[in-house]
Amino acid sequence: MVWANAIVQGVLLGGYYALLACGLSLMFGVMRIINLAHGDIAVIGAYLILVALQHTSMSPFTAALIVLPAMLILGYVLQQVLLERSREAGQLTPLLTTFGLAVVIQNAVLQIFSPDVQSFGGSAGDITTASWQINSEVSVPAIGALIFAVAVLVLGGLQLFLSRTRLGLEMRATAEDSDTAELVGINSRAVYARATALAVATAGLAGLFLGIRTTFEPTSGSTLLIFAFEAVVIGGFGSLWGTLLGGIALGVAQTIGEQINPEYSILAGHLVFLAVLASPRGSLLVSRGVQG
Amino acid sequence: MTLLKVESLDARHGLLQAVREVSFTVSEGETVALVGANGAGKTTLLRALAGAHRPSGGDVIFDEVAITNIPAYRRVRMGIVLVPEGRRLFPSLTVEENLLLATASGRSGVWNIETVLDAFPILRSLRRRPARNLSGGEQQAAAIGRGLMSNPRLLLLDEVSLGLAPVAIEAVYASVRTLIQNGTTILLVEQDLSRAMRVATRILCLLEGRVVLEGTPADLTRERIAAAYFGLGRTSGQETA
Repeated sequence: MVWANAIVQGVLLGGYYALLACGLSLMFGVMRIINLAHGDIAVIGAYLILVALQHTSMSPFTAALIVLPAMLILGYVLQQVLLERSREAGQLTPLLTTFGLAVVIQNAVLQIFSPDVQSFGGSAGDITTASWQINSEVSVPAIGALIFAVAVLVLGGLQLFLSRTRLGLEMRATAEDSDTAELVGINSRAVYARATALAVATAGLAGLFLGIRTTFEPTSGSTLLIFAFEAVVIGGFGSLWGTLLGGIALGVAQTIGEQINPEYSILAGHLVFLAVLASPRGSLLVSRGVQG
Repeated sequence: MTLLKVESLDARHGLLQAVREVSFTVSEGETVALVGANGAGKTTLLRALAGAHRPSGGDVIFDEVAITNIPAYRRVRMGIVLVPEGRRLFPSLTVEENLLLATASGRSGVWNIETVLDAFPILRSLRRRPARNLSGGEQQAAAIGRGLMSNPRLLLLDEVSLGLAPVAIEAVYASVRTLIQNGTTILLVEQDLSRAMRVATRILCLLEGRVVLEGTPADLTRERIAAAYFGLGRTSGQETA
């Protein structure tokens, strides 16, 4: 039963990783850009919510309703002023640009907010401590279930957006062949900016749950990026449902590893990631990345 | 009325100059065929006119507006539509989605999904099929149909018969003739000289990026075009260059 509990906790943790990773997956799928600042953008979301909480008495969830639209705008501007130019400069340039952006964000946040460890779990209310006791060994924490439900809604919503809406259709077309998309009248820069806006907003949402379920500091982004990246690779680059499954696989690996020995938690996740990379599918990923 | 005016247009691929000081005009309702050997600069010229290739010099004027620096998607909104070489459909999207995308131009006119499917009846049963599963001829029909969905004032057709079976070529050109009868202005690239001479009101022959011969099919003989095509006896070509 302890294993059943580990798997339940792992699946729920996987929802959080999927939420963290879906923006990374979307940006790669649409623009072939691996955004190395994705984790730090989630941290920005957490700090923005923290600022709102310091000045008002609202709950983090209400604060997120204000912060998320701001993140949408931030993403749109980020693409238009920074990523678009580096995208035009070649395949490697966006990678370097986002790496530099990650360093800039970490240091700016450090400068503004000090290196103190922060959290707003305390102001999120009873949901952080509530849980459903299934039996003596297995319990489902309410916040974990909420995060998982939000992740499924966000990924499902993105999938519906891509498959059913006009903007989604333009996004899929631009992802396949941006040159031809322009020739049928689609402004590919605007499409990319919308995709980045969505990706940054989902990172902000992950930042909300980061601050509720655990603590964060200016340098937290790097670890978040690694987990998001692992979830995306395990699930298959550019596939949103794959990202959910990848997140779950990573989460379950970590909780099972932790059950064996708390030291093995992160390591077990890395091992699953490496196993996928070493598998035939991993070499497919590499070749696709080179061509893409 | 002059619809398109090209003035000493230069276009390069890195160090290679593909289009050299090309100047010509296209009047409303004309069908102009660009002929020339492989590498003569035909595709680059069409892509430069559509905005997909940035010219290194010269001007493109469409309906009295200088469009040289306007991006491709805005040119489509003005009515310049390129059906690119190799069809370039979005492979994973369905035929219908490929067609619907072209409404991004926001141009209204006689062409909509129904009239396009009427013009290309073979597409009607394929509309829910991913474009990658279509035959070459079906893909070409879908590509032309997608171009029409933007209700073009100037349609640029790049080698629409390339790689197609003779039957499919006939079907494609039957639809091109319908467009011509409807008054659509067309600039097309065609490797098959006799077909170009049958369909066009005027022929431009490109050699190494320059226009070396220009005239109506009635004025030009196959021999003169062939000579210009291969760069034989350049003196005869220079009288119009």
